[in-house]
Amino acid sequence: MTLKVEQLHVQHGAITAIEDLTFTINEGELVTIIGSNGAGKTTLLRALSGLLPVSAGSASWKGESILGKRPEDLVRRGIVHVSEGKAVIPELTVAENLELGGIWRKDKSDVAAATAEVLELFPRLGERLKQGADTLSGGERQMLAIGRSIIARPQLLLLDEPSLGLAPLIIEQIFAAIDALRHRLGLTVVLVEQNAMSALSIADRGIIINLGRVVGSGSAQALLNDPALRSAYLGY
Amino acid sequence: MQIFINTILVGLSSGAIYSLMSLALVLVWRSTRVVNFAAAGQAILSTYIGYEAMSSMHNYWLSLPVAILAGAGISALVEALVMRPLAKRSKGTPVEAIAPVIATLGVLGGIRSLAGLIWGNNFIQYTSPLSSKGYTIGQTTIPFSPQNAAIVIGAVVVMAMFAAIFKFTRLGLALRAASFQPEISRLAGVRVDRIRTIGWAFAGAAGAVAGALVTPTSYLSPNSLDLLLVSGFVAAVIGGLESLIGAVVGGVVLGLGFAFILQYIGTSVTFSAAFIILVIVLLIRPQGIFGRRSGREA
Repeated sequence: MTLKVEQLHVQHGAITAIEDLTFTINEGELVTIIGSNGAGKTTLLRALSGLLPVSAGSASWKGESILGKRPEDLVRRGIVHVSEGKAVIPELTVAENLELGGIWRKDKSDVAAATAEVLELFPRLGERLKQGADTLSGGERQMLAIGRSIIARPQLLLLDEPSLGLAPLIIEQIFAAIDALRHRLGLTVVLVEQNAMSALSIADRGIIINLGRVVGSGSAQALLNDPALRSAYLGY
Repeated sequence: MQIFINTILVGLSSGAIYSLMSLALVLVWRSTRVVNFAAAGQAILSTYIGYEAMSSMHNYWLSLPVAILAGAGISALVEALVMRPLAKRSKGTPVEAIAPVIATLGVLGGIRSLAGLIWGNNFIQYTSPLSSKGYTIGQTTIPFSPQNAAIVIGAVVVMAMFAAIFKFTRLGLALRAASFQPEISRLAGVRVDRIRTIGWAFAGAAGAVAGALVTPTSYLSPNSLDLLLVSGFVAAVIGGLESLIGAVVGGVVLGLGFAFILQYIGTSVTFSAAFIILVIVLLIRPQGIFGRRSGREA
């Protein structure tokens, strides 16, 4: 196993956002975290990427603790978080947003190779390199956010609601791209989504959380076929 | 015609002075989204240090890099010891937006008091070897001196250097990214705290250039750059607050505006003229001359 989270506890002031959360994710797996609004999904990713302090518990990546580290240090260890809300910098151009993904890397030839791979996967970004990111559509911004994360050459990708606010056709494209990337690069992916159907369609496993606790888990196919879970989280 | 040309020359030289302070303000704004009213205090302190260096080395040109390094160091310290902890502690509170601005006013007052304690409130001469007497063309002496020329060159060099850093280097990209979206920048691997300190150091260096070049045209005292701060702020807003070229153009627009008002209207409206020019520019172009409008909402 590569990502191991044990009895994680995160407080937002007086509110307990995550309580005794325990799960493991194996290398190369794509696991989706499903849950309703306020379940603690985004908090979990923010805690794992160093944006939020953790009050108790442990989390390790390939045997080394990742808690208490700064996000910029975790990026250098291959843990890259794409936060929710089409996380691009609108004031920069598309090319500059992509460049930012490899800004800390010394291997410039591999940064160039990674950028070329991103532009091959998302050709629309290539057509808009000199444009401001603020001129992109919602789908293009999400492609840019994912593209920037890939240029960092992640091993563990934490994706927060990549489908948020996007049209169904664009969601399909984004999820297809995540699936392709994950297989091509051998990524381990933690995908937080409210759009559980789409997420489970590309995931190996799903973990269901509610009020900061794990309330269910299983293979993606088993979760899709579970009538109780379908009714509670998939809406049909 | 001669009066008109002289007015333009006066406007250009005073505009270059405003541009230098405006550049210091824009550099901090671009790095941390804070209007740094302490810029005048930092520039005063670095100018006093330059003055001390000149007193011991008896060379203005050698004192200049000392003042610039001191300005960069002072500004970096203000960021690391005051602004950064304050930003962290005020995050998520109702005073998050206003606390840094108030803090810069506090730092300004503190530095002024410190300068007064160390050097007293007397007017000190910090002289440069360049003449402040206007060039003579034929029989006419124009209101533009070698010292004015140094100020114009200083403003252009500082602008060009920092514009190149921001536009063409990875450090510049990190500075811009960290100022716009610190969280996304962190998640992309940018060491935001360090980058912000560097941004403040750059601004402190620009302010030190302003102090060291401008002071020989007048005198040095703990409050001697206060009016320059107001003009620099107005120039920065006219230029769009975001753009280094805008900072210089804003300074020149303000300088020319002042010069023509002084020449053709009178001295009674001088101070209010800065704000009248500001309001006129903002009414015509709310984002400032070089500011950009926000893009598509998607």
